[in-house]
Amino acid sequence: MTDTKLLSVEGLRLVVAHSGLEVVKGVSFSVAPGEIVGIVGESGSGKTLAAKAIMSLEPPSIRRTAGTIHFEGRDIAQLSPAELRELRGARIGMVFQEPMTSLNPSMLIGRQLDEGLALHRNLSAEERRALVLDMLRRVGIKDPEGALTSYPHQFSGGMRQRIMLASVMLLQPALLVADEPTTALDAVVQRDVLELMVELTRARGTAVLMISHDLSMVARYTDRIIVMCRGEIVEEGATEELLRDPRHPYTRKLLAAMPRRLPTRDIPPATTPIVEVRDLVVDYGGKQGFFRKEPGKRALHGINLAIKPREVVALVGGSGSGKTTLGRAIAGLLKPSGGEIRYAGRSIVPGSEGWNDYRFNCQMVFQDPYSSLDPRMTIGSLVLEALRQVPNMSARDKIARVHEVLGEVGLGETYADRYPHELSGGQRQRVAIARAIVRRPAFVIADEPVSALDVTVRAQVLDVFADLQERHGFSCLFISHDLGVVEQIADRVVVMKDGQIVEEGDRDAIFDRPQHPYTRQLLSAIPVLEATAGGGLHLKWRLDDEARMPDAAFA
Amino acid sequence: MRLPAPNAILGGAIIGIVVVCALFGAVWTPFDPLKINFAARLQPPGPIYWLGTDEFGRDVLSRLMAAAATSVWISLLTVTAAVTAGTAIGVLTGYLRGWTDRVLMAFNDALLAFPGILLALGLLAVIGANKYGIILALGLAYTPSVARVVRGTVLSLREREFVEASRVMGNSELFTMARHILPNCVAPLTVLATSMFGWVLLSESALSFLGLGVPPPAPTWGNMLASSRAFIAQAVWLGIFPGLCISLTLLGINLLGDALRDKLDPRMRGV
Repeated sequence: MTDTKLLSVEGLRLVVAHSGLEVVKGVSFSVAPGEIVGIVGESGSGKTLAAKAIMSLEPPSIRRTAGTIHFEGRDIAQLSPAELRELRGARIGMVFQEPMTSLNPSMLIGRQLDEGLALHRNLSAEERRALVLDMLRRVGIKDPEGALTSYPHQFSGGMRQRIMLASVMLLQPALLVADEPTTALDAVVQRDVLELMVELTRARGTAVLMISHDLSMVARYTDRIIVMCRGEIVEEGATEELLRDPRHPYTRKLLAAMPRRLPTRDIPPATTPIVEVRDLVVDYGGKQGFFRKEPGKRALHGINLAIKPREVVALVGGSGSGKTTLGRAIAGLLKPSGGEIRYAGRSIVPGSEGWNDYRFNCQMVFQDPYSSLDPRMTIGSLVLEALRQVPNMSARDKIARVHEVLGEVGLGETYADRYPHELSGGQRQRVAIARAIVRRPAFVIADEPVSALDVTVRAQVLDVFADLQERHGFSCLFISHDLGVVEQIADRVVVMKDGQIVEEGDRDAIFDRPQHPYTRQLLSAIPVLEATAGGGLHLKWRLDDEARMPDAAFA
Repeated sequence: MRLPAPNAILGGAIIGIVVVCALFGAVWTPFDPLKINFAARLQPPGPIYWLGTDEFGRDVLSRLMAAAATSVWISLLTVTAAVTAGTAIGVLTGYLRGWTDRVLMAFNDALLAFPGILLALGLLAVIGANKYGIILALGLAYTPSVARVVRGTVLSLREREFVEASRVMGNSELFTMARHILPNCVAPLTVLATSMFGWVLLSESALSFLGLGVPPPAPTWGNMLASSRAFIAQAVWLGIFPGLCISLTLLGINLLGDALRDKLDPRMRGV
């Protein structure tokens, strides 16, 4: 039986050496040749450590206390360092999460790809070159010859991940370990890279172990799924079956945390929008030195946008679309080069009379809860700081308000004396939300507020946010690249590309009847899990039945 | 309450002894540190002169005690001056950027381009060699490197979202700098200041060595070390004891600095 397995892990236990904390608790699984297996779990589930242990690459602070790992019938623990090196790369390839750092920035692409071949294969330089060129062509690099003499920074993130994939697949490994291979990429690019990965590995009969927190993404490409939680495998099964009939409560919780569309809300019609942007232009200035002046770049080309009271408007687009720039300009963090921002019918210019009122009523929730809270301040003082400039409010009232708001975001006042580093990512983001709403603003800009969070935490934070929005009725500009989240929370959707708005409309209209090709591209890049009659889920791509779409004459 | 870290105890003990000696030395020493006694020239350490005597028959222990006050005081004031000035420049340039940054940093880089000791020498030649001249000269020589370090820290801090959050809350630039930027510079500053304390002690010795330090006969560890050179063959103790004083003080300061940095950082406190 074990002979037919490419990889088999038995009772693997990993322990943090200095504290004795067990992070992987008796994990067993196997991968057959050519099989695509997904390991799904949230941060801290031990999925990455388990995968690293396969190649004996676990960090020095982690000790293996029990378990065996057999690869192609050989016990990894018995191998000498030289044999291990032979295995790594040649038989087991690895693709990492961050394409920006997994290629050596100071080495030509050609040399980096050649390195592995020269090490593991006995081939002449010309033969290696031919193989490299062929592989670059296969991963869709337009000018392979030119790419050989380029540096990594000359390629985008998606292209780099393709190059990374090429360098791994060049050696024709029997197993490819992909650790969150596309988490850092845009949705559209993500789908391309994953499809390429699956196509390449299928063609060569390479097995894939795909590690991710994104259940719907993994479900799309794998034959089998392993669900990990707190160092244990809680459920394992064929993908279809696991989705249709999840058995373990944790799997159900994961599935339930997937964003879903809520009923359309009624936004009371209003004559004046709460926030309005007219012909907004933002230029990024070029570098200015003593001797030269580099030209700037236009980030926003005349944006028009109006947000009604109580309305949640989602701003979506890929990276570089200008959505964050727009948010920052509206928040007053950037000086626009042209156009106008109006609040409650009045034009707002920093320093003007209406500015303070606007500053008071427009707050922001940032993306990264790890960097948006000053590490040297307690939670209480962080939230209190937002009330510093509120006139006619006694110190006692302010503290009472802070405690009240901490309660509203589900933390409670006991958290007031803690420091940010003592909190989890989800708790920190709750603090950031508390800080933004403690003044009871009329308008909140949320820049990717949940994209740094785990799936189940994301669902909870999103619920808290939606609750508060409902209760306090602030309008919201919700910036996100995650269309699933947008579908759940937005009343209206604005799609941006290259600094321009390409489409805007009510949520249902955008998601069901997208008009612009870019919107459709975005939508088609993300899979949805649809509820089936039996209480399970069924996976499908959006807009897959392209036939019923109007002919893409404008594409 | 947990026990302080071992480096805090050891560093604190060493610095404590040095400070007590310095304070005590200002009031009372076993012998007059300046009194010349040719009858007792170059005595090795013994029951009367515990650490021996120098070429003029002055008691080394007494001189070390008297020098502790001068040396520590000079180093402390110099470091304080350099850190204050350097931090102000660093925070301003790093946070405001633009022209302020370019002008101040160009000036700063020009200063950095001179070897510190050369700069101090030049300044001392103008100001004149006395205690406060040395403090001013060394302080100026060490300011640019503080400004560099602080500016770098501030540049990375100002891109952090909590600084933007402060702006969104409507806080003024000055408040943001004081409340969010400055406290987060404390860790690198503590490390820098403690190691600088050592450099300043050594620089002061080097200046004394070149004859531009605190003028004799007033003792400093530096000029004691410098004048011991001529007698290194006959009287090793003349070099060893001031050298030990400098090394031990440095060790103590560094240990204490590390402990202080950990103490001031809420992330390092026990969870």
